[in-house]
Amino acid sequence: MGEARFSPGVRVRTSLIDPPHHTRLPRYVRGRVGQVVELQGTHPLPDQRARRIADPRVEPVYTVRFAARDLWGEGTHSVTVDLWESYLAPATEEVR
Amino acid sequence: MSTDHTGLPIAAHVRRLEERLIEAGYTTDAELDDTIATYLAEASPVNGARIVARAWVDPGFRRRLLADANAALPELGLSMGNGLQEQRLRVVENSTDHHNVLVCTLCSCYPISLLGPSPSWYKHEAYRSRVVREPRAVLAEFGLELPEHVDITVRDTSAETRYMVLPVRPEGTRELDEEQLAALVTREGLIGTAAV
Repeated sequence: MGEARFSPGVRVRTSLIDPPHHTRLPRYVRGRVGQVVELQGTHPLPDQRARRIADPRVEPVYTVRFAARDLWGEGTHSVTVDLWESYLAPATEEVR
Repeated sequence: MSTDHTGLPIAAHVRRLEERLIEAGYTTDAELDDTIATYLAEASPVNGARIVARAWVDPGFRRRLLADANAALPELGLSMGNGLQEQRLRVVENSTDHHNVLVCTLCSCYPISLLGPSPSWYKHEAYRSRVVREPRAVLAEFGLELPEHVDITVRDTSAETRYMVLPVRPEGTRELDEEQLAALVTREGLIGTAAV
């Protein structure tokens, strides 16, 4: 995965999968919709690195902005989280 | 969430790992001590403060810093490597109507080389779980009362990029030079739990 799939401004939904192994998708943003803000370069997928998988996939990492209301049902602030590409799907697609 | 590491067998684990690396001939105790000493000796919030002061007095540097912090740091003789693998740095700018505050909800990711060793509360579950949910209340507990009109962005630094806050230059500091301005900047200001 080299080319970034998502551009700034695009709305994305995070995965709902609760993996049995290490991941860097925080639980409080699972299955939530946010907006891509910017790309943070490409980095090896920690889910694979932590399991010592040889040559872990290198993926784009995105800063995604979530509205507090969409995370907690209240609040006026926003939270940005840096997320690997495979944690994300276009907001219009079915949740995985 | 991990909480306080004190009392956990982590220190023993780390030592066992060190011993195996030494046995295998990859490193020595002296080399490990040197690397850690060098890393920590140069890791200080003085570095972050110098970056902020330069950005306050030099609009060109400020632009370069906000666009690509890793490329701007060498202008001050700094880097995100400190002898180890270089990390990506993103500097986020506070203004009179927008405030950034940093957290790592998954562990305690933090730009040690620019801010020095992190404060203990930064690693505590209370801060990590509450600041993403009710930042205004948490900041008020730190003594930072933000006016209602100020938008807050909580930066959960959950991946490989490290973040640093560029605070607002305080009013009434026009007469100060760069060094005097740097002296105003605190570690908490660079995290976003203080105004400066």
